[in-house]
Amino acid sequence: MSAYKIIDHKYDVLVVGAGGSGLRAAVGLSESGLKTACISKVFPTRSHTAAAQGGISAALGNAGEDDWRWHMYDTVKGSDWLGDQDCIEYLCKEAPEAVIELEHYGVPFSRTKDGKIYQRAFGGMTKNYGNEPVQRTCAAADRTGHAILHTLYGQALKHKTEFFIEYFALDLLMKNGECKGVLAWNLNDGTIHRFRSHITILATGGYGKIYHSTTAAHTCTGDGNGMVLRAGLPLQDMEFVQFHPTGLYGIGCLISEAVRGEGGYLVNSKGERFMERYAPKAKDLASRDVVSRSMSIEIKEGRGIGENKDHIHLHIDHIDPKIIESRLPGISESVETFVHRDVTKDPIPVVPTVHYNMGGIPTNYKAEVITLNGNDKTVPGLMAIGEAACVSVHGANRLGSNSLIDLVVFGKSAAMRAAELVKPNSPHDEISKSETDKSLDRFDKLRNGNGSNKTSELRLLMQKTMQEKCAVFRTEKTLKEGVNEIKKPFEDMKHISVKDRSLIFNTDLMETLEFDNLIRQAITTMESAYYRKESRGAHAREDFPKRDDQNYMKHTLSWHDGKKVKIDYRKVNLSTMTNDVQTFPPKDRVY
Amino acid sequence: MVQFNLPKNSKILKGQTFKDKTGSQNIKVVHIYRWDPEKKENPREDTFEVDLNTCGNKVLDILNKIKNDLDSSLTFRKSCAHGVCGSCAMNIDGVNTLSCMKSHKDIKGDLRIFPLPHLKVVKDLVADLSTLYKQYESIEPWLKTSKLKSQKNEINQSKENREKLDGLYECIMCACCSTSCPSYWWNGESYLGPAVLLQAYRWISDSRDEEKMKRLKMVADKLKLYRCHTIMNCTSSCPKGLNPAKAIGSIKKMLATS
Repeated sequence: MSAYKIIDHKYDVLVVGAGGSGLRAAVGLSESGLKTACISKVFPTRSHTAAAQGGISAALGNAGEDDWRWHMYDTVKGSDWLGDQDCIEYLCKEAPEAVIELEHYGVPFSRTKDGKIYQRAFGGMTKNYGNEPVQRTCAAADRTGHAILHTLYGQALKHKTEFFIEYFALDLLMKNGECKGVLAWNLNDGTIHRFRSHITILATGGYGKIYHSTTAAHTCTGDGNGMVLRAGLPLQDMEFVQFHPTGLYGIGCLISEAVRGEGGYLVNSKGERFMERYAPKAKDLASRDVVSRSMSIEIKEGRGIGENKDHIHLHIDHIDPKIIESRLPGISESVETFVHRDVTKDPIPVVPTVHYNMGGIPTNYKAEVITLNGNDKTVPGLMAIGEAACVSVHGANRLGSNSLIDLVVFGKSAAMRAAELVKPNSPHDEISKSETDKSLDRFDKLRNGNGSNKTSELRLLMQKTMQEKCAVFRTEKTLKEGVNEIKKPFEDMKHISVKDRSLIFNTDLMETLEFDNLIRQAITTMESAYYRKESRGAHAREDFPKRDDQNYMKHTLSWHDGKKVKIDYRKVNLSTMTNDVQTFPPKDRVY
Repeated sequence: MVQFNLPKNSKILKGQTFKDKTGSQNIKVVHIYRWDPEKKENPREDTFEVDLNTCGNKVLDILNKIKNDLDSSLTFRKSCAHGVCGSCAMNIDGVNTLSCMKSHKDIKGDLRIFPLPHLKVVKDLVADLSTLYKQYESIEPWLKTSKLKSQKNEINQSKENREKLDGLYECIMCACCSTSCPSYWWNGESYLGPAVLLQAYRWISDSRDEEKMKRLKMVADKLKLYRCHTIMNCTSSCPKGLNPAKAIGSIKKMLATS
């Protein structure tokens, strides 16, 4: 592959991705004096963190008593006991400080009467270990992610992080099981760049785009996860895909849980507030998997709304328009723009929509990537944070507003750990030429793909297959069919067609490289789901409706070697990190 | 009379036409600016006949449909598709806006799509925003306060003071406003432009920030600020309904009265 000229860079630490977690890590790394580069395929403020609406959880207690232990209990219960309790303890304990830090960075949080950060109710967030709802979700109106992302980008500028913007990461550069950097493609001038770094932090986000209908951005293609699979490392708990109860019907645009947090409720075609039947206590504020399943059942049993009885109505027309204007302005705008309705007068048509990946790159609470080699083993030089990572604090189901806090707590944790591990300006190992060539070979083959299968067609086939065979409810039959059918778009890549052969801003090629990442994740998601013969959190099997702690209280690991999937399992950590809190033993999960 | 001509290599030539093959009766004719930096050719305007029966309502849906079905080499930025990331800003039917929010049903007749005006074109509809990003950096968009080390809690901010940030912090940096401003077209290197001045004003207005005066002084410059001649294109083009012109006016007023 000598045809490609390579430009070399050396950094202490490299962050791939510039969303909430990548930027928080970059800020911490730059602060600690490490030579840090942050590469991103989009300008930082275009990252998908911008789309997070409702808020960021932390037991600040600004709206009544709260305790991080209650937050921890809710998160463990929300995870359906698949989350690792040491990591969840760390998340919830560190959360208040992390939010205060964001406020000090300048995040324009909404305020209470006495000038403190405004907090609202959110699904699954309760007082005193599962009692009445608590207001724990800190919000900047319904644009919290946007506000945090822009503020963090400002902080990164303040700390002079070096950005490489519109660089598309191709592959990890590995040597004897250690990560030595990343190969990337600069879209703006078409050049190839080799970044050598002592630590590479993957902050590449989720892979919602394996589905057809999703709140995820076009850019949510899990590029870091794809690189990890190609490097021969496993992904964890891929079967756990969160369906957000309220995606805008027919559009996929997110309608924040904040709508229900502020008093909104769901009704079926009979005008019935059906959540009262499924979750008598929490009702519309049960956790997302529970609400999405309830909605799907209502629709399946013929109580859906509209000509095709295929959606549900979300009402906030009973709420004072002034409150809507101050707390939910973004939602009002989206509903007006995309379905031309006035939320102060009309219900919002919604349907469960793919929203978040609980699964991803397995890590410990210090963000170090883990693989299984007999026992857990860290992968030197490699870290993962944010939606790309599976720490796992969300287990089988994430609570709303726990993702933004995950970004900043573990972004910070990764920066602290890297500062412990790396001595600034220490010399770099050589990377073998074959490692670079392997990646460029894949790049070149796809770039010159002259077969008959368009990327857009293969992507659509993958998305439809995932949507049909790996949805809210799953069965042995659908998953078995899915496992077979999802292989086809991958095999058809052999005859892929890429029309644009250029190197500058070739989005035809970029979408093909993204597809190459997506399809491997689709395959591991489907197989992981097939082998989990129980129902837990977001993974609901009609043929195995109960949680089976005896056989399945374990994390799924899945490898993909380019031909087939290997599945293995690792233990869930039920013990806490310190004596500040007791383990929460598994019990029935009712809301 | 003096006659102005574009340089020869900037003239937009007629490009390819992609005829509809579905036989649909519901066709939108879409003209799109194309330019490939790796070919030494003039820019051209390609024409696509798009079947609206199998297409969503927004201009981005049309672009995706063209890229997926007709010409995969068509190049444009896109990400969230819901009006929050600011990636897909372009000139649609003569107005700068987000293609993901703009309904094509609002546009009668043929649809014309160009990159954001008066920027270097990277390729097709992708424009080079690097100058604007540098200008954004120059206003130091981060909170400046000396309180932090000793403060364990949030910095107190009243509801009223927080409300002063409404209409400012929501900016998504899509650049629709700056690239619709004639002053920015002529002096884009030195005039900060509406998008960046709106953000400058966001930090000036933050009650928690302690360097308001310094920030004001930083922009008080005949080129950086006073190239705004209240043309107001910025405000009318903002896809988020913000009012950069008002923010600029407020900065000028604060300077005049301080």
